[in-house]
Amino acid sequence: MITKRIIPCLDVKDGKVVKGVNFTGLRDISSPVGLAEFYSRSGADELVFYDITASSDGRKIFTDILRETARNVFIPLTVGGGIESVADFENVLCCGADKVSVNSGAVRNPSLVSEAAKLYGDQCVVLSVDVKRVNGVFRVFAKGGREDTGMEAVEWIRRCVGNGAGEVVVNSIDTDGVRKGFDLEMLEAVCAAVRVPVIASGGAGCIDDFITLFKTVKGVDAGLAASIFHFGEVDIGELKKRMAEEGIPARIQEENNHGLR
Amino acid sequence: MVAIVDYGVGNLFSLRSSFAAVGAEALVTGDRETIAGADRIVLPGVGAFQDAAEKLRARKLDAFLKELASSGKPLLGICLGMQLLFDKSFEYGEHAGLGLLRGEVVPLSERVPAELKIPHMGWNPLSFTGGRHPLFKYVKEGECMYFVHSFCAEKCEESVIATAEYGCAVTAAAAKKNVMGCQFHPEKSGDAGLRILQAFCEMEEEKTC
Repeated sequence: MITKRIIPCLDVKDGKVVKGVNFTGLRDISSPVGLAEFYSRSGADELVFYDITASSDGRKIFTDILRETARNVFIPLTVGGGIESVADFENVLCCGADKVSVNSGAVRNPSLVSEAAKLYGDQCVVLSVDVKRVNGVFRVFAKGGREDTGMEAVEWIRRCVGNGAGEVVVNSIDTDGVRKGFDLEMLEAVCAAVRVPVIASGGAGCIDDFITLFKTVKGVDAGLAASIFHFGEVDIGELKKRMAEEGIPARIQEENNHGLR
Repeated sequence: MVAIVDYGVGNLFSLRSSFAAVGAEALVTGDRETIAGADRIVLPGVGAFQDAAEKLRARKLDAFLKELASSGKPLLGICLGMQLLFDKSFEYGEHAGLGLLRGEVVPLSERVPAELKIPHMGWNPLSFTGGRHPLFKYVKEGECMYFVHSFCAEKCEESVIATAEYGCAVTAAAAKKNVMGCQFHPEKSGDAGLRILQAFCEMEEEKTC
């Protein structure tokens, strides 16, 4: 049976992880490569790297980091942030990304999803959507959640999946940063509308929030979070153990007892 | 040396890195002489079956790989690379594969219940079929591997060595003598996946009489 995935998200700026990182036992706590390796050892099922750099120098540093991560971390790697064109896909894929997530780039140019899906396959194209309720309606926000596009979110997601998006990350602006749990109502609505994997993002504050998510919204495939993992408030190993105890399928890493590697 | 066959599909950066991680020298190459000189061969692949099969043919690698396989050299197909080892695929039409393994490739959507998502994407535990194959020398039954696929091999009872439960028993790995394939991505399956690559790297050439 397929397991529910746990995905830490790293925002990378000028070569460093932002959103304060606070780990004991990690020497360079802001090093994306070091943090990625740490998460992989902890049992993360996948990693998301967001490039939040604006400058072209920063871009170069980001792809160098990506290459270094792919050389050392052997779990799926999704890359997002500033993906505007097929050339941007190519740029991160050749540095070791497995999937590429598009957000504002798809809003500005909806054919980006279909063009990329045709070239790299549906499984490679992740639609990331920032959603916020406006007068009781789910609306798509662009530019890092600052701009209301006026589009209805579920319809937008359905359309992009129809164009070839193979996975959807739903980030609820309403619950993001509040740490009172995922936006179950919003996720339920999205899961009912599409038949591709759905990743929940925004609102996780503790282990119980993940348990509630997977028990309530059966269609959700993965839970994504950043700071609670970075601050060490939620340990991925413990989270996985709790999931297994609660009867939620989870990948528990075997101890490497073969003397290999 | 491991030759990772480069025939113009997908990115092979992670695959090469994963062999480096288990201490094996790996070369990404489309050159027949280099491939022939390798101790073992990996046939990767992402994307569409027809496109990949045509690219192999266009580079005259199809007959060449079959010949090498019959020489007894260990050959591992990964994901679409595994599907290419079978007789044929019904991915958008009907297309011939390399025919190194008996069986055919069919859409998952016709095999799994409608409430399950396509592609089959994520970590799924392995069940071994008929004992533990040498490829799994360092992994236990029940360890999870990372899958991403929308088509699966069937009618391959004689070669299936592991399955994963996804509404039905999906062929996760198959092998016949020195020809092996895994539907999942060992290079993306964390430590467990690397242990499979390690086992592959330790395999001896099959003796052919």
